[in-house]
Amino acid sequence: MISDTIAAISTPLGEGGIAMIRISGPEAVSITDTIFFAKKKCSEMQTHTVQYGFIKEPDSGLKVDEVLLTVMLAPKSFTKENVVEISCHGGLISVKKILELLLRYGARLAEPGEFTKRAFLNGRIDLTQAEAVIDLIRSKSDRAYSVAMKQVEGSLSEKIISLRNILIELMAHIEVNIDYPEHDVEDLTYAYIADKCKQSIQLIDDLLKNANQGKILREGIVTAIVGRPNVGKSSLLNLLARENKAIVTDIPGTTRDVIEEFVTVGGVPLKLLDTAGLRETSDIVEKIGVERSRKSLLEAELVLFVLNQNEPLHLDEFNLFKEVENKQVIVILNKTDLPAQIEVEQITKQFSEEQVVKMSIKNDKGQLELEKVIANMFFEGKIESTDSSYVSNVRHIHLLNKAKRSLEEALNGTHHVPIDMLQIDIRNAWEDLGEVIGDSVSESLIDQIFSQFCLGK
Amino acid sequence: MGYQAGEYDVIVIGAGHAGCEAALAAARMGCQTLLVTINLDMVAFMPCNPSIGGPAKGHVVREIDALGGEMGRNIDKTYIQLRMLNTGKGPAVHALRAQADKFFYQNALKETIEKQENLTLQQGMVEELIVKDGVCQGVITKTGAEIKGKTVVLTTGTYLRGKVIMGEVIYESGPNNQQPSIKLSDCLKSLGFDLVRFKTGTPPRVHKDSIDFSKTEEQPGDVNPKHFSFETTKGIDEEQLPCWLTYTSGETHKTINNNLSRAPMYSGVIEGTGPRYCPSIEDKIVRFSDKPKHQIFLEPEGRYTSEYYVQGLSTSMPEDVQLKILQSIPGLEKVQMMRTGYAIEYDAIVPTQLWPTLETKKIANLYTAGQINGTSGYEEAAGQGIMAGINAARKVQDKEPVIIDRSQGYIGVLIDDLVTKGTNEPYRLLTSRAEYRLLLRHDNADLRLTPTGYEIGLITEERYGNFINKRNNIENEIQRLKTIKIRPEPQVQDVLTELNTALLNNSVDAASLLKRPEIVYKHIEMFSPSELELTVEEKEQVEIQIKYSGYIEKQLLQVQRLKKMENKKIPSDIEYDDVQGIAMEAKQKLSNIRPISIGQASRISGVTPADISILLVYLEHYNKVVAARG
Ligand SMILES: Cc1cc2nc3c(=O)[nH]c(=O)nc-3n(C[C@H](O)[C@H](O)[C@H](O)COP(=O)(O)OP(=O)(O)OC[C@H]3O[C@@H](n4cnc5c(N)ncnc54)[C@H](O)[C@@H]3O)c2cc1C
Ligand SMILES: Nc1nc2c(ncn2[C@@H]2O[C@H](COP(=O)(O)OP(=O)(O)OP(=O)(O)O)[C@@H](O)[C@H]2O)c(=O)[nH]1
Ligand SMILES: [Mg+2]
Repeated sequence: MISDTIAAISTPLGEGGIAMIRISGPEAVSITDTIFFAKKKCSEMQTHTVQYGFIKEPDSGLKVDEVLLTVMLAPKSFTKENVVEISCHGGLISVKKILELLLRYGARLAEPGEFTKRAFLNGRIDLTQAEAVIDLIRSKSDRAYSVAMKQVEGSLSEKIISLRNILIELMAHIEVNIDYPEHDVEDLTYAYIADKCKQSIQLIDDLLKNANQGKILREGIVTAIVGRPNVGKSSLLNLLARENKAIVTDIPGTTRDVIEEFVTVGGVPLKLLDTAGLRETSDIVEKIGVERSRKSLLEAELVLFVLNQNEPLHLDEFNLFKEVENKQVIVILNKTDLPAQIEVEQITKQFSEEQVVKMSIKNDKGQLELEKVIANMFFEGKIESTDSSYVSNVRHIHLLNKAKRSLEEALNGTHHVPIDMLQIDIRNAWEDLGEVIGDSVSESLIDQIFSQFCLGK
Repeated sequence: MGYQAGEYDVIVIGAGHAGCEAALAAARMGCQTLLVTINLDMVAFMPCNPSIGGPAKGHVVREIDALGGEMGRNIDKTYIQLRMLNTGKGPAVHALRAQADKFFYQNALKETIEKQENLTLQQGMVEELIVKDGVCQGVITKTGAEIKGKTVVLTTGTYLRGKVIMGEVIYESGPNNQQPSIKLSDCLKSLGFDLVRFKTGTPPRVHKDSIDFSKTEEQPGDVNPKHFSFETTKGIDEEQLPCWLTYTSGETHKTINNNLSRAPMYSGVIEGTGPRYCPSIEDKIVRFSDKPKHQIFLEPEGRYTSEYYVQGLSTSMPEDVQLKILQSIPGLEKVQMMRTGYAIEYDAIVPTQLWPTLETKKIANLYTAGQINGTSGYEEAAGQGIMAGINAARKVQDKEPVIIDRSQGYIGVLIDDLVTKGTNEPYRLLTSRAEYRLLLRHDNADLRLTPTGYEIGLITEERYGNFINKRNNIENEIQRLKTIKIRPEPQVQDVLTELNTALLNNSVDAASLLKRPEIVYKHIEMFSPSELELTVEEKEQVEIQIKYSGYIEKQLLQVQRLKKMENKKIPSDIEYDDVQGIAMEAKQKLSNIRPISIGQASRISGVTPADISILLVYLEHYNKVVAARG
């Protein structure tokens, strides 16, 4: 059954390299050839070599990103199949675009854990690991499922359902014409089919416009910057936003209200919340600010916990450690230009080393490390936005595009192609749309035929 | 009072459409076969529509014929009308339909059976199956005959605890007032089979001389009809008979609405589940109340009978209401009703209790086929019948079973649906049930299945030789068209101009030209005739395979994937409880269905791709462990 070629975003590698896309399967190389432009084509590369080049949109020649390409030919690869890895620099948007291109030119989005599964089935992984593989598939697909479900709740799924209704009525109409040719159902003309296809394509276009307009970017992962007053929270916000958005002074308690800012860090979209420093206070305005900080902390999907490492840990900070116990946290030890008063060991009791980043915000130090940590957490799936998850969004866009292309093919055929063949494309579109909302084919077409038409002997 | 009444390789119970095919197949494969049935005057009886074929159903008849079965040959001998339907659509859904001479059909098939070597036809009511240690070993009849059989094929149709309903009149009966089969149903239950109660119905029959045909529309047969069997070379000598079209009237709808309280459908008398695709007229009028009229076809039941079948008027209304309904229809104002319509309820076995070979999982060497498996229709029955007969015979001969997969035939789709998904209403084939519809064409049934038929031993050497010849001719001609060039010569351009299609700038290969919508094989032949003497069928194949190659290749690619999944077999002794990680629901379904392959497993509703992934990983593990143990 392992014969098609799969692609997915893998965890990032190395310095500065933000994300990597992995492709595995018999067509990994030929698909890459269609979008990779460099001195040598991917198919001309030796196995286990790396080459610098560009990913371009083949139709328009538009450059998507500069990349490093690694080729590992079967059987000397992780999956024992042909594997191509594309490391790209341009952050989230370009990763997403590259994956879309790969899917368009014949790869299939990998199922959760599928690379590992292939490695196992091809005898690359030891038997004793079978159970681990099973766990991996189960947990990843459960998570993917819950993300997918969250995703399509609400308006998107409503729109897709009504779009599918148009298509299934059309399909039932076609099927009745085929299976009950002598029945006096309304005539099915090419004009009618063309009309329904156009209508559906228009709806898909609307959905795609929304998806592409970077709804994801504006929503971003809710990220709260918290810490005691004067540790450098607003400075961090300004650094990441590359702009002086928040007022920075050396007076503790400068920030009073929550400041929101949308930024992209390491390719990951964040909705940054700069908050008032947390402390007991009698100042009424500051008090309200502190309450708001706590609220932000509750909502946060990622917490940037800033400490001034020039001062010993404060009781308020010990308390904060407890408050963020169940959160995804990055601890920032700021002001490394000044002598250290905090031992890293005090922090790593609760947090892993990867979660701790040393910075001197004043001197622009440590920003790259921070970006790497955020990107890693994101691509490992540790942090994800409740509003829209990036990965499943790629999937949706891909499916919507596929459905659109099928309908266009059907539309093109509405002059001469027999209706039962048009039906193949229409049905494909309907199934792809169903995949977006997690609805499989099942009996529903046949149900539709018998509820829509009066048939019988 | 029992007595020993002989020993057979294969015993087939019931000479309906399933039973006849099963018995003929087994006997032709060299098994000593007994066909025992309640009433010898009812062999291959059509209790309903005197018609065979249509979309999907007609495809099945072609497939039965391609495998070496009888239905196609028999209808070709006994039709009174033939029509190709859907000719305006793609070749995949062209479908042949015949009106049968119902009585000739029976006589002809009975004669074939009587003359068949190795086959014994005998009247008798089977009341019990002989089962020892979970293995079926024979049958016992009402008259005490104990007959031993190495395998038994059960094809009892709508007879199990049959109950006829016409309005307030209800009685135990098989179709057409035949004796119902009561004890056998009890026997199946006591053997532990799950049974369901289904329902179907049939319209009244009327006298030809009481019909005013001037108020109806004539529906003639095709002038140059095609036939079902690949062996038939020549049609019947007699003229074809037409059918006639009329419609229900406002009066019809009023009569039905006024008498709904007497309709068993609505008074709660009927407990069986009826098919949605064959609603009774009362059902149609209630459910589609906005439709002002419904089609009614008047179809002759035979050449030498005056009975007409009233298609579209299936009903279980009381007799007096049926007459009123009939007489409200234009052309039938003075009609004489000869037989009253009725509904019939019967027991069927839940088909997920079967392996894809149609052998039951509970009792080895027992096979079931036809309406007893929850289907409806003569063709569906016959398609299962031939497969059950083949597999029962092969079991006796200690050979591998034969399973037709979903990409090989509608028969495969039908059986796979039944044993994998089950059905909660009488199951009818539709072309939309087939995911590879474009490959399962009426025209290529022989290319799909005749090699299998030959291997099994149901296709003669002579027929196979002809088949190979045909296949070679098609392949050679396709190759030729792909290589020869058509040049932009005046003679060519003239034809293209006439056809209103673009002229040639350069030479093109003939195959590319044939792909144009306006061009057919006939034109290519004008430009560059083949050296071979090709038959009409061969030319048709060449044209279809080239013209639609784009779509066909897409489907073939999907089929490759299917085959890989089908080829991953699941050992029958696997314990799903041991497979960690599979969701609870999927575990239950898998343990219940016990799919034979990953492909089948993936089609069970409620089994997700993640479950399949896990199962694959587990199987790998399992196979290595088993291999290591030796
Ligand atoms: C009233 C009615 C309406 C129908 N309407 C439709 C319809 O609208 N559309 C459609 O597609 N199909 C319809 N059918 C179904 C179609 O007739 C059947 O699907 C088809 O005939 C089934 O074939 P079979 O071989 O399974 O069973 P049958 O043709 O019913 O044959 C069963 C055979 O088994 C024999 N038998 C039964 N019990 C025993 C026993 N204990 N011992 C020995 N022999 C036994 C019987 O004598 C009979 O010969 C209808 C059937 C009926 C009765
Ligand atoms: N030496 C040193 N000073 C820094 C660094 N980062 C920020 N500061 C200074 O620390 C002071 C407080 O910075 P802010 O960014 O306003 O701190 P804050 O956490 O937002 O404070 P509140 O809004 O009062 O809670 C300013 O004077 C900054 O210039 C650093 O890396 N090193
Ligand atoms: Mg501040």
